[in-house]
Amino acid sequence: MCLLKARQGCILPRPPNMENMIKVKERLYKWLFTILAFASLIFLVGIVIVLFKEALPIFKKVKALEFIFGKFWYPTYDPPEFGIFPLILASVWVSVGAMLVCVPLGVGSALYLNEIASHKQKAVLKPLVEILASIPSIVYGFFGMVVLAPFLQNLLHLPIGLCAFTASLTLGIMATPTVCSIAEDALSYVPKSFREASFAVGANRWQTLVKVVIPAAGSGISTAIILGMSRAIGETMTVLMVAGGAAVIPKSFFDPVRPMTSAIAAEMGEAPMGSDHFHALFAIALILFLITFVFNVIAEAISRKYRIKLGLSG
Amino acid sequence: MDSKTLIMEDRQNCVCSQSDLVKIKAQDINFFYGKQQALKDINLDVLSNKVTAIIGPSGCGKSTFIRLFNRMHELVPNTTLTGRIYLDGQDILGACVDPAEIRRRIGMVFQKPNPFPKNIFENISYGLEVNGIKNKEFIEGRVIESLKKAALWDEVKDRLHDSALNLSGGQQQRLCIARCLAVKPEVLLFDEPCASLDPISTRKIEELILELKKDYAIVIVTHNMQQAARVSDYTGFFLLGELIEFDKTEKIFKAPKNQKTEDYITGRFG
Ligand SMILES: Nc1ncnc2c1ncn2[C@@H]1O[C@H](COP(=O)(O)OP(=O)(O)OP(=O)(O)O)[C@@H](O)[C@H]1O
Ligand SMILES: [Mg+2]
Repeated sequence: MCLLKARQGCILPRPPNMENMIKVKERLYKWLFTILAFASLIFLVGIVIVLFKEALPIFKKVKALEFIFGKFWYPTYDPPEFGIFPLILASVWVSVGAMLVCVPLGVGSALYLNEIASHKQKAVLKPLVEILASIPSIVYGFFGMVVLAPFLQNLLHLPIGLCAFTASLTLGIMATPTVCSIAEDALSYVPKSFREASFAVGANRWQTLVKVVIPAAGSGISTAIILGMSRAIGETMTVLMVAGGAAVIPKSFFDPVRPMTSAIAAEMGEAPMGSDHFHALFAIALILFLITFVFNVIAEAISRKYRIKLGLSG
Repeated sequence: MDSKTLIMEDRQNCVCSQSDLVKIKAQDINFFYGKQQALKDINLDVLSNKVTAIIGPSGCGKSTFIRLFNRMHELVPNTTLTGRIYLDGQDILGACVDPAEIRRRIGMVFQKPNPFPKNIFENISYGLEVNGIKNKEFIEGRVIESLKKAALWDEVKDRLHDSALNLSGGQQQRLCIARCLAVKPEVLLFDEPCASLDPISTRKIEELILELKKDYAIVIVTHNMQQAARVSDYTGFFLLGELIEFDKTEKIFKAPKNQKTEDYITGRFG
């Protein structure tokens, strides 16, 4: 008992005003974080409001359906035509193409890293992949424009190297490290005990991978794919540089195209503020926003469905 | 103990020692994780229709030892194994032996229940599917049979298509046992099967083990002395990678030959 008291005595008593200071500090932090949290919410709401406000005027001139499904995008002609179907189609083509590249490559390399690579290989490769994922998109765009486009043009005897195909390939290569990195994380979160259980009943490696590990990592892998896809759809710089820029409905993968993002980026500078063209570009942005929003909702729904299936949470 | 039971026991012992079949024979086992030796010169026989308990302090190599039997040690990189392990006289460590085949014949239940994130039915049919069985009716029959054997059928028969992860810990462990039984193994390895279970579930698993003993050779690793005494016929005591003593469970608990065994067993219970 005595000893205990003596020990307690060792701790310096706090000066009374220090207690106060700690309380004030705590309150300060609380406020700071509340403000920060609300700030991001306010920014989001602000962006949505601005998008709607600037986009709506165009729908007084053009009907929404005509705007979306109109085949001609001649915003600077007289009279102008505001049909963004070629742009939407370009975005879809390029994104789907990019998916076809980045999903097999990204998921495949994640499986390699997780299942086949030795510890040493993984220790080198995983950080490398993460570095690749953080390279600015303009570098990929530059690579696509200067290296890939001429190469493909020669190889496939194309009239122009800058086309939907090149854009898909560049975007796909760009999104691969992101997909790989996230998918690999998901795979490595699969508990070792699942694999052991599978091997213990006589499954081989391939069966274990396909029937146990991949399904268990399913939500993570689909998140990886959807994030990769969002990156492809929302990507601006790269497509601006390599997609070719023609706002006509593409007839083949080797036609130059103008996806929605590059239309906005390329034309915003020329469109006089408050003009129809200006509002039309905002409307494109709004539609793009809605598309990615739907994507995210789907991603969330998928991962929740998986979680329920796994019995992790409601 | 009265004379009658003694005689009974004597006769039993006599019968057993004649018809005892060595199911698994581990010979001169040395095992290394990298350079660190985890098992030293181990010789041990597992008998058919008997429960063999492995006891010993944490880190003494119990899990390492029984994981050799179904070649699970091969999943850990950088290990070295010398010595022989025979299953029915056949060397299972040979290069031309398919580990999957061995793992079908020697099933394993792990310390923590580890059902797959699938439904109850799929958890059990999994082992059949990966072994190339496609006949739906056959699979269904085997699933039901295994669940019944694992004493889980009554609790889950109405929800075979619910996620296995929604079962309680004890039910999950019995599901893992059923998953094991579905591929009709000859030997069952239990690595601390009750470590994460409550007393009631533990008792159920122990009863199950005694029941399963009729058809299988069983090895159980346990930290619970009473459990070893309750369920096992033979007990091996491991210490720092060595098999200190191996004998009939009774002898180990009543009259251990080695001082270390006695210290361990008595130390546990004060
Ligand atoms: N994967 C591994 N890599 C390296 N060393 C390991 C590995 N697994 C176990 N060991 C070591 O081998 C020794 C024996 O471990 P093992 O898991 O077999 O002990 P155990 O008797 O099962 O212990 P417990 O009762 O705690 O489960 C320990 O010293 C442990 O650190
Ligand atoms: Mg262990």
